[in-house]
Amino acid sequence: MFMILGYPAPLMFGQLLLGLINGAFYALLSLGLAVIFGMLNIVNFAHGALFMLGAFVAWGLLEYLGIGYWVALFLAPLIVGVFGVLTEKLLIRHLYKLDHLYGLLLTFGLALIIEGLARNQYGSSGMPYRIPAALQGATDLGFMFLPNYRGWVVLAAAVMCLITWLVIEKTSVGATLRAATENAPLVQAFGVNVPRLITLTYAGGVALAAFAGVLAAPIYSVNPNMGANFIIVVFAVVVIGGMGSILGSIVTGFGLGIIEGLTKVFYPQASATVIFLVMVIVLLARPAGLFGKAA
Amino acid sequence: MLEVRGLNSWYGESHILHGVDFDVQEGEVVTLLGRNGAGKTTTMKSIMGLVPRRQGSIRFKGQETLSLRPDEIARTGIAFCPEERGIFASLNVTENLMLPRTVAPGGLDLPTIYTLFPNLKERASSQGTKLSGGEQQMLAIARILRTGAKLLLLDEPTEGLAPVIVQQIGRTIREIKQRGFTVLLVEQNFRFAATVADRHYVVEHGRVIDMIPNAQLEASMGKLHGYLGV
Repeated sequence: MFMILGYPAPLMFGQLLLGLINGAFYALLSLGLAVIFGMLNIVNFAHGALFMLGAFVAWGLLEYLGIGYWVALFLAPLIVGVFGVLTEKLLIRHLYKLDHLYGLLLTFGLALIIEGLARNQYGSSGMPYRIPAALQGATDLGFMFLPNYRGWVVLAAAVMCLITWLVIEKTSVGATLRAATENAPLVQAFGVNVPRLITLTYAGGVALAAFAGVLAAPIYSVNPNMGANFIIVVFAVVVIGGMGSILGSIVTGFGLGIIEGLTKVFYPQASATVIFLVMVIVLLARPAGLFGKAA
Repeated sequence: MLEVRGLNSWYGESHILHGVDFDVQEGEVVTLLGRNGAGKTTTMKSIMGLVPRRQGSIRFKGQETLSLRPDEIARTGIAFCPEERGIFASLNVTENLMLPRTVAPGGLDLPTIYTLFPNLKERASSQGTKLSGGEQQMLAIARILRTGAKLLLLDEPTEGLAPVIVQQIGRTIREIKQRGFTVLLVEQNFRFAATVADRHYVVEHGRVIDMIPNAQLEASMGKLHGYLGV
């Protein structure tokens, strides 16, 4: 059998792919967290729950309304985005004048409620969500078989990260967003409706989480804990990348997914902790994170 | 154009303005002179709605603006250039220039702005904060000329700048006055203020205590030295 560094190649590539898939979810989730943190100064603990909500909405659309995957890929982020608008306007808005910790507590409570309601209604064993017909099967790449759906997930996540990055870095809306992150009162004095911008930023960030949730639905079964499983690692990704850094979250998300995957090949026992090991090392060397600006 | 009456402002528990009264007529350049901490900047921020709490009356073109949010005040046609210039580090020069919203027709177009501030064109893709202090000040003024706002609030535009740049800013202010803009200027440097302004209000302890037309500035030097402690 073809070997790499003494390990069978199919195992290596398989774990690399798994790492890339996890990395894709880390990137999408930490990207939304970074955008929200930059603008609202809130660590959105509800992010994992909203990722899960995205998957549930996709499942519900199919189960109750017969609306399939491709439509759900747009509709679920939209629905969760509207939920985000309401959350920001009705709840989070009232905390901006208080310490950041209150925002964290509120969103953490929100996460517990959303996950609790889902568990109450659907149990915690999870429900299957079928891979759409067009993406079933696998492709022989010569060195490995690539399940089509997994390839699609990596591609879709990468494209969505790229689009988000382009919008923030290269458009006038993005310029307004960056400026408001630096000095919101002055941007408002320039005629920008900053409160609305903040609402839309939160909605956009959670819509990204929901998009990731729909992508994840066919891979991990749709279950109330799927967000909680991810979110702790995602917070580590955000810290390693640098709080609020857009590029940082994308690169770190994919990079750490790959590191995690490779660790499963070389030293499986450490695969669950390697990301936190990286976090410790990065924080010792660069307290502001890899891409963060020192405060 | 602008009527401020009995303006009181607070930052938390600190009562900064204790009943500020003054007027700015259309087409005028008016300065607020006064020592550090007299309340000049707070007056500007109060007009823009950027203080936590204010009372009294601020009428712009007859409209009461006290209950409006800063973005709504901006859209009535008032533009603000803050003391710290407010150039955004994460935006390049062009993005900084295009950031303020267009609030009315009749703002300067980009070619005109680049004629007034040739440096900005050369540095269009530079990061905003990589500019020199003088260039940053030019950018901070240039971007509010674009918006169509006709009342410009300039907070100490000459602070910390070399004399040659101060002269250039003086020329710019006279130029925009000729183009029909109205300017409210906060200054500590009354020698500079004398070269651009029509009238001067003296601010002390959160109140306007005197008004001196520019023509009488020479005659009022003794009084002014007393006010400003120079």
